[in-house]
Amino acid sequence: MVLPLQKAESALRCRGLVKRYGDVVAVAGLDLAVERGECFGMLGPNGAGKTTAVEIFEGLRWPDSGEVEVLGDEWRGDGLALRRRLGIQLQETKFPDKLRVREVLSLFRSFYPRGLAIAKALTLVALEEKADAQVRTLSGGQKQRLSLACALIGDPELLFLDEPTTGLDPQSRRQTWEIVEGLKARGRTVLLTTHYMEEAARLCDRVAILDHGKVIALGTPRELVASLGAEHVVEVTVDEGASAALTAEVLAALPSVEGVAREGGRWRLTVREVHRAVPALLGALAERGATATELTTHHASLEDVFMALTGRRLRDA
Amino acid sequence: MPEHAGDDARGPLTELTLARVRELVREPEAVFWVFIFPILLAAILGLAFRSRPPEALPVAVVAGPHGGVRLAALSAQAEIKPHLLAEAKARQALARGKVVLVISADDPPVYAYDPTQPESRAARLAVDSALQRAAGRADAFIPGHAELTEPGTRYVDFLVPGLLGMNLMGTGMWGIGFSLVVARQGNLLKRLVASPARRSHILGAQLLSRLIFLVPEAGALLLFAWLALGVPVRGSLLLLVGVSLLGAVAFSGLGLLTAARPRTIEGASGLMNLVMVPMWIFSGIFFSTERFPAVMQPFVQALPLTALNDALRAVMLEGAGLAPLLPELALLAAWGGISFVVALKLFRWQ
Repeated sequence: MVLPLQKAESALRCRGLVKRYGDVVAVAGLDLAVERGECFGMLGPNGAGKTTAVEIFEGLRWPDSGEVEVLGDEWRGDGLALRRRLGIQLQETKFPDKLRVREVLSLFRSFYPRGLAIAKALTLVALEEKADAQVRTLSGGQKQRLSLACALIGDPELLFLDEPTTGLDPQSRRQTWEIVEGLKARGRTVLLTTHYMEEAARLCDRVAILDHGKVIALGTPRELVASLGAEHVVEVTVDEGASAALTAEVLAALPSVEGVAREGGRWRLTVREVHRAVPALLGALAERGATATELTTHHASLEDVFMALTGRRLRDA
Repeated sequence: MPEHAGDDARGPLTELTLARVRELVREPEAVFWVFIFPILLAAILGLAFRSRPPEALPVAVVAGPHGGVRLAALSAQAEIKPHLLAEAKARQALARGKVVLVISADDPPVYAYDPTQPESRAARLAVDSALQRAAGRADAFIPGHAELTEPGTRYVDFLVPGLLGMNLMGTGMWGIGFSLVVARQGNLLKRLVASPARRSHILGAQLLSRLIFLVPEAGALLLFAWLALGVPVRGSLLLLVGVSLLGAVAFSGLGLLTAARPRTIEGASGLMNLVMVPMWIFSGIFFSTERFPAVMQPFVQALPLTALNDALRAVMLEGAGLAPLLPELALLAAWGGISFVVALKLFRWQ
C-alpha cells in the first residue's frame, strides 16, 4: 500500500492579525505558525492579547484584519466541519451543576461524528471515580479536567488550551501537565496560552512570548533562555546609603557578567558562571563600603527573558 | 484510539434536551414552582372563594299570644332563623343588627325592618309568605328552582384556566430565559458554540424540553382541578392540549427574546418582570379583563396571556371548538413567531 505524500501544511498559521476594542489594540499584527505535532505556547502577561488571539484562531471572534488558517482551512459559514477537528478548552466554563460528569461528556461526545469513548476520556483526565458525580461536587482541579476531557472527546487534530492551569493548586497543575505531556507523546498538536513560565518551559516545544498584542520573542524555551547570553541570574540588593556608588558600568565590567538591569534598589545580573561573578561582585561592593542586604541566584528562565525584553515581570506586568 | 459511537449513542438534539430535562428534575425548587405551586394556588383560592350555602336570616318574634305559633311556622323555613324575644329586647336586637326584621305581637302582625337593607327585604318576603301559608293561604303554584352552583360557573372554574395560562407564561419565560442567561454567564453557551454543535440544536433543545415539561405541568394542574375541584373541560381535550402547546411555544419565544442579550441573571430578571407583571395584572388571571375601562381594552386584548386565557376558558368552560378561537390563536402565533425571529437576530452567544 502506498501512502499519499503528507502535505506539509501547518496546523495553524496567521498573518498580520489585528483586533481592536475601541481604542485598545488587543492584537497588534500577529504572525505565527504552529507546526503539526508540536506543543506551541503563547506566553505573556495578562492583557497581552493571548486569549483574544486564541479566540480568533478558534473562530469565536473575527479579526479586524489579517488572515487565519486552521488545519489548512479558513473560518467561513458555520465552520462545523472544521470544528469537528478541533478540541477547545476555554479559560473558564461553568458546566451545569446538576449534570453528572458522564452526562456532560456524553453531551459533548454527541456533537462529534467520531471521537473517544466516554470511559477512555475519563481515564485520560483521571476522573474515572467521579464519572457519576454531579459537577457541583467537583473541586476546581476536577472541573478543569472535565473541561479538558470535553476538549479531547472528539479526538481532535488540534487542541487549544487557554490558560489551562490558571487558578489551580500545585497538585492539580502538575496533574494537568501530565495529561498534556501524554497528549504530546501521542503526537497531538497543542496550542496553549499561559502566564506561567514554568508551564511554558515544561510543556512547550516552542514558545512565543507576547506583549501588547505582538510576538516579542519566538523559539524553543532553551533558545529563548540562551538568547540572554548567559544561563544564570544574580539578584543583589544593596543597602540604601552605599547604593549611589554602584553603577551599571561597574557591574557590567565584572567577570562573566553579560547583562545588567536595575529594578528599584535591586540589580539583576545575567551571568555565565556564578562562581566567578559572585566573588567579584562581593569584592566590588566591599571596595565601595557597600553591603548586600540580599543576594540570590537562579537558573535563567523564560521569566528572565521576558524581563530582559520588557523590563517588567510576567505576573504583575 | 478513535472509536465510533456505540449503539446507545444519542444525537446532539436529544442529548441537549436530555441535559435540560435532567437539570430541571434535579432542582427541587424548580419542581415546586412548576408543579406544586399552581396546584397549591388553585386549592387555596378555590377554598377561599368556594360557594357557601346561603345563611339563614335572623328575625325576632315578639312574645305574645301568637308568638308560639308564629315561631313554629317560621322555624320550618330553611332561610329564616327566628328568635322569640320580649318586645324591648327585639327592638334592641334590630337596632344592633342582630336580627334583620321584627314581627310584632299584634294580629295581624306588623313587620319592622329597614327597607334599604337587601337582607331585611328578603326576610320580609320569606316571613310574610311563611306566616300567610301557616294562616291557611294556598300557593297558586309550586315553582321549580334552578340553583346556579353547578361546576362551570363558579369562581374556581374561572380561576383554573387563568392559573394554567399564568403557569405556561411563567415556566416558558423563566424555563428558557433563566437557563440561557446562566449558560451565557458561565461561558457554557460560548463553549457549546466552540464545539461542533448546531446553534439550532442548542436553542431547539430549550424549546423541546419546555414542551416535554408542559405535559406533566399542565396535566397535574388540570387533573387536580378536575378531581378535587370539579372544574369541567367541556371542549375537546385535544384542542385544550393544542392551545396549551401554542401558548407554551409563544411564551418560549418571548423567553428567548428576553434572554437574547442580558449577561447577568439580575439583568434578565428585570426584563422578565417588565414583560410578565403587566400580564399578571391585565390578562385576566384572577378577574375578568372586562373590568378595565374601554380605553385600555386594545392594550389588554393585545397581550398574549389575555389571548391564551380567553382561549383556555373558551375551551374548558364554554366547550368552544377551533373556529371561534382562531383570532386568539393567531395572536399567540404572531407573538411567538415574531419573538423567535427577533430573538435569533439579537442573540448574544458569548
